[in-house]
Amino acid sequence: MHELSLAVDLVEQLVEVLEKENASRVIEINVVMGAMSGVERVPFEFAFPVAAENTPVSGAVLNIEEVPLVLKCSDCNKETETDDLIMVCPNCNSVSVEIVQGKEFLVKSMEVQ
Amino acid sequence: MCEDCGCEEGNARAYFEHNHDHDHEHTHGNEIHIHVYTDQSIDHHKNGIHIHVHLTGEKQDDHHHHHDHDHGHDHDHDHTHDHTHDHEHHHDHDHSEEPTREIILESNVLARNDGFADKNRTFLKERNCVAINFISSPGSGKTFLLEKTLEGLKGRVKCAVIAGDQQTDNDAVRLQSKGAPVVQIQTGSSCHLNAEQVGATFKQVLEDDTELLFIENVGNLVCPAAFDLGENIKIALLSVTEGEDKPLKYPVIFHDATASVITKNDLLEHLDVDMDKYRDSLNKIHPNGRIFELSALTGDGMDNWLNYLESLVH
Repeated sequence: MHELSLAVDLVEQLVEVLEKENASRVIEINVVMGAMSGVERVPFEFAFPVAAENTPVSGAVLNIEEVPLVLKCSDCNKETETDDLIMVCPNCNSVSVEIVQGKEFLVKSMEVQ
Repeated sequence: MCEDCGCEEGNARAYFEHNHDHDHEHTHGNEIHIHVYTDQSIDHHKNGIHIHVHLTGEKQDDHHHHHDHDHGHDHDHDHTHDHTHDHEHHHDHDHSEEPTREIILESNVLARNDGFADKNRTFLKERNCVAINFISSPGSGKTFLLEKTLEGLKGRVKCAVIAGDQQTDNDAVRLQSKGAPVVQIQTGSSCHLNAEQVGATFKQVLEDDTELLFIENVGNLVCPAAFDLGENIKIALLSVTEGEDKPLKYPVIFHDATASVITKNDLLEHLDVDMDKYRDSLNKIHPNGRIFELSALTGDGMDNWLNYLESLVH
């Protein structure tokens, strides 16, 4: 359940930005979660409001955009989205692939007041 | 690989890659757009925070605006970005009189940990010390393999160990007699080590001539995978009893690990296990990764393993 540590880190980051921006509270936050980020949506959604309690982030709406794994194959030169979390090109079965999307875990934006 | 500045981190940890040519085309009314870049370190992928503030002067009650914009800007750091975003806002709720703003951050949620990890990496590099983050399930044999590894490397490589467990210093006690300094981190209820905890023990455990630092993470294949400790490489362990498809069940760690070790192969004669299936699973998740198959108990496969570790530092 490392999602709680991650939620605490996220809340700290948001509070820092709020202070810099002279804003008083966070209304909404948009997070991008890759399929290979090692973070799970449900525990993170559970942890976030707990981490936000008694901070200016409390009550913020958390929107999570889940992004799938996308592999780029150097044999067939295609970029392919896949639900299978393996490093095999879904198009030509080559293992000469690199991840071009799916490792990210980002806070993309937030709406503040 | 970041297409703009060529740095490696962009690939491994994956952030938005953007090439910025900034031409603003804002087609909305009285909003003010401020684009601020605060670069807190040289490594913009990890610590650079891009803040784009969109101010709206109007009251937000029942407000609906939609704006698309493509912009590019030149910052005075050594790369440029290309930044395109569309966003749509639907506000049907009643806010207070204060206007709301959207702040575009695009920063890594793990930025704080990554900052400590970068400090650790710099500290270790200055001392020419290579660090390995050892990750496995509980009971895969990390500590026993480390005992035998420290014995085997005695006189060849100067080692140190940081051992992480939720409770007890049993691992540190077991490892202490093996000729290398050991420090135990008790994480309490936490399921992983973080970079700040690890860095705080460096002065205690590292000597001037330490060449190889083993960081034995908390037994767990999931949580430790998300936290960079500033190590040079991760090595994942699994024992022959854990199932041939385990790497496929825990893809993140077996993908990120530079090498994998299959332990306890002395048990093979008692098991119905197909080692080819273990190798296939590992190859699917990390094609062409190093795989070691060994028994720390009988010593089978240990020579290869020790030679590999020695090659990391010499």
